[in-house]
Amino acid sequence: MTPIENTVTHQQSSHCESGVVANMLNSQGLALSEPMVFGLSSALTFVYLPMVKVGGLPLIAYRMPPKSIISSVCKKLGVKLSSQKFSNAEQGMKALDEALAQGKLVGLQTSVFWLPYFPEDMRFQFNAHNLTVYGKNAEGDYLISDPVFEHVVTCRPEDLKKARFAKGMLAAKGLMYVMDVPTEPVNLAPQIRSSIKKTAKMMSGLILPFFGIKGIRHLAKKINKLDKKSPQEAGMFLANIVRMQEEIGTGGAGFRFMFASFLDEASTLLDDKALFEISQYATEIGDLWREFAMKAVLYCKKRKNISLQDVVDSLELCADQEVILREKLLQWSK
Amino acid sequence: MKKEQVPQDSCKSYSGHKKLIYAVDEQGHYQGVKSSGWEVEGFATEMAVQAMDNELEKMKAAFIAGEVSPIAYYMPLFRFDLMSLAHATGFFQWQIKRHLTVKVFATLSDKKRTKYCDAFNLTLAELQNPVINS
Repeated sequence: MTPIENTVTHQQSSHCESGVVANMLNSQGLALSEPMVFGLSSALTFVYLPMVKVGGLPLIAYRMPPKSIISSVCKKLGVKLSSQKFSNAEQGMKALDEALAQGKLVGLQTSVFWLPYFPEDMRFQFNAHNLTVYGKNAEGDYLISDPVFEHVVTCRPEDLKKARFAKGMLAAKGLMYVMDVPTEPVNLAPQIRSSIKKTAKMMSGLILPFFGIKGIRHLAKKINKLDKKSPQEAGMFLANIVRMQEEIGTGGAGFRFMFASFLDEASTLLDDKALFEISQYATEIGDLWREFAMKAVLYCKKRKNISLQDVVDSLELCADQEVILREKLLQWSK
Repeated sequence: MKKEQVPQDSCKSYSGHKKLIYAVDEQGHYQGVKSSGWEVEGFATEMAVQAMDNELEKMKAAFIAGEVSPIAYYMPLFRFDLMSLAHATGFFQWQIKRHLTVKVFATLSDKKRTKYCDAFNLTLAELQNPVINS
């Protein structure tokens, strides 16, 4: 077959969704960094849902649900987003080929487990991984810019098909999307302000104790009660938090560093010193989250000098500091 | 986190890959830095992987001993748990629990077995007769 290779700017990213958006927009000449995409979409948050179990452990997330970055950034910047789902896998693959033949970059939602280029220990049943397809080689394999990888990769059609149409929670149903950037230049300044305001407002949490700072404190209370569980169970509970915070699609510290990076970039863009200071404050909070992760793991390893109370205090400190960060952000975006 | 502090602990789970982390320079400005892993993160990941592997070993032995159906073996092999497999197949969790027994599995129709084939990406023959590699 005739190979197709559409122009793509592949830049490694911390997180798949913000990375795909940044890469797809950059490739079309709309220059935006990954942290800028993340910040503009107000994706930073905290969620602890004890009643939703993933692999027997509660759901913990540090960002908004899948697809929210894509839709929110496109809306804010006036990027035309055309997305399609398919009930029939063959049709879904045909539509992908057609879009590639038209010279488009195609974003896909896929299941991590069925992508063979992922290392074994990183493969798990998660259906909302984003990547960009930019062409097809002579053997018929797809050319893929997967933002969490250093370099571009390839994938056989049958594997990509399985990854796009895997059933289950957050099933992609073959979701594919194409972005068309606006012709007029975009003014980021007002968007930055409104997105920071939104992030700050969300930080206090809703009425329910599962979100934002309330969610963090709720989780701290739960950790406090872990000594009533077996060491094995307590260990799994803590390790799960650390995994969600450090491993699962993040630039570390539960996206806090990426958010601080966004504030830093915004401060340069707006020539705003106050915002830079807030960015440094957010960096310190990121460091506190890393410290919490370290203490949690030390506790798992049964180091005598770390008590459960130390782990709880460490998490409470993150919550306390996020209260102050929230005030600073609200003050700035008023 | 300062860019010199970005951990380079060569985590096993990364299999030689690197991840991008955002860290600050001397002036406090951010840039992307590649990391080969953080020991703390690696510990948590390996703990989770270990738990899944233990479950797989247990089910493998139980299947060879004829105590459970092939589904009980395939479920941890493909990193599913009862809930995710229920979502992927459309069965209720209590139905899957029954299908894990040899007795009930033997009575399943091909139509029901096909639902598992789709979730595991296997043929009917492969579903019924797992090739177990040690």
